[in-house]
Amino acid sequence: MPARLKYTAHRPRRYVKGMPIFWWVRKWNYSRFILRELSSVAVAAYAVVLILLVRAVAAGPAEYHEFMEVFQSPGSIGLNIVALAFVLFHAVTWFNLAPKAMVIRVGKTVVPPLVIAGMNYAAWFSVSAVIAWILMGP
Amino acid sequence: MSKPSKASNEPFWWALFGAGGVVSAMFLPVLVVLFGLAIPLGWVEAPDYQSMHALLSSPVTRFLLFGIISLCLFHWAHRFRFTLYDGLQLKHLESLIVVMTYGSAIVGAIIAGITMWTF
Amino acid sequence: MMNADTIKLEVFRYHPDGDGQPSFDTYDVPFSPDWVILDALNYVKDHIDGTLTFRWSCRMGVCGSCGMMVDGTPVLTCAAFCRKYAPGPVRIEPLANFPVIRDLVIDMDDFVEKLGRVKPWIIPEHEKPLSEGEYLQSPEQLADFKQYSMCINCLLCYSACPVYGIEPGFIGPAALALGQRYNLDSRDAGVDVRRDVLAADDGIWECTLVGECSEVCPKGVDPAGAIQRLKVSSTNHWWKSVLMPWAGKEK
Repeated sequence: MPARLKYTAHRPRRYVKGMPIFWWVRKWNYSRFILRELSSVAVAAYAVVLILLVRAVAAGPAEYHEFMEVFQSPGSIGLNIVALAFVLFHAVTWFNLAPKAMVIRVGKTVVPPLVIAGMNYAAWFSVSAVIAWILMGP
Repeated sequence: MSKPSKASNEPFWWALFGAGGVVSAMFLPVLVVLFGLAIPLGWVEAPDYQSMHALLSSPVTRFLLFGIISLCLFHWAHRFRFTLYDGLQLKHLESLIVVMTYGSAIVGAIIAGITMWTF
Repeated sequence: MMNADTIKLEVFRYHPDGDGQPSFDTYDVPFSPDWVILDALNYVKDHIDGTLTFRWSCRMGVCGSCGMMVDGTPVLTCAAFCRKYAPGPVRIEPLANFPVIRDLVIDMDDFVEKLGRVKPWIIPEHEKPLSEGEYLQSPEQLADFKQYSMCINCLLCYSACPVYGIEPGFIGPAALALGQRYNLDSRDAGVDVRRDVLAADDGIWECTLVGECSEVCPKGVDPAGAIQRLKVSSTNHWWKSVLMPWAGKEK
């Protein structure tokens, strides 16, 4: 009888590289993605600003004018420029991605992505025009 | 091995995120331009107190504003939650992050609601 | 070869029986204008270093075998022209986010397991006997899913996806797109069966629409779009089942 063979299972050593925490700094597409996600902070900030605006109007004319005066400080202007950049970036990336989520077939033809995006932009323009008209008066 | 796969309840938050994304994209840019830049820099006249008060007296306006503000907050909450997972690899703090993000949005929505109701 | 230019390749080397640490070897490869990176790698293997190990097959962009990181971007090396990267040095590394078996060869078991989970086959309403005839499908019905059927399982999308890198449990772009391919096929009735896998927390809901998967896909599959549509359809289904629980199952 041959001696019993000792067999150890082969456990190949794989090389596994972890993801660095700042993976998104290395490539512009990834950085742009993170910036897009961070635009939500500007969105939340302005939601809070709107709450404060309504509270100021509710409190009275003095509080309303005090509130509006805060906007005039250079710090506020600077922050609002940043906020506008982020909010615009959010809007543009959102409308441009809308066609990916909505694929509509009418009979035999698929609605072209540009039409879907275009309808979103048209709605954006209309809504903005209406709000501007309401706030700035006829 | 792993527990069986089950369809998630994520659609609840994702629907709010999506609605908030649409609403914030449509409504916020013009508001930032007007209140943040055009009025303070003198390009346009600030609405006077009477007009603002009249505008906000309408329950329809206040209801719409409540909706816009709340949806914007839930949009931020969902997006920020995943930014913390992806950007800073904090998924292991999931429970804490879920409570902090959606919790703040709920608190903000309640404050907005009370503000509009008691105008 | 007339007018041979030279390209410098910095190639990732790793041997499982070594010390567990990878290294880079540099090769100077003469190439002609029609050469792709895969040609350069084969030149290395044939003339310079026969131990260099890598996968390839069709060399025409349909088999999905030769995917590698070239200067940090996942590409099919049979479709990446040397003249674009010359004179180099060009960094050639194995596909990111996968364990490396040796040199440029990665372990794709994880993907294969996840692909199986989404049930990538026709799940018909009922088994059709031959006597009932064939399935009829109009060109429009084919167009509904054709794009997602173009996937060659090359895994470039998994390498491009940062979420897959961070969350190895994520089912990933290709598998989800292939699930959608069958969901949209008019011959298939398996949407409900696939839902528990596709619409799970480690399925579509792990995705944050970075979009790099669609950027690098060599076949135009657009997995990001497939996942977005799955999110919309899953959300509609979830809200319907919550708000109208009495409604029956629909596709």
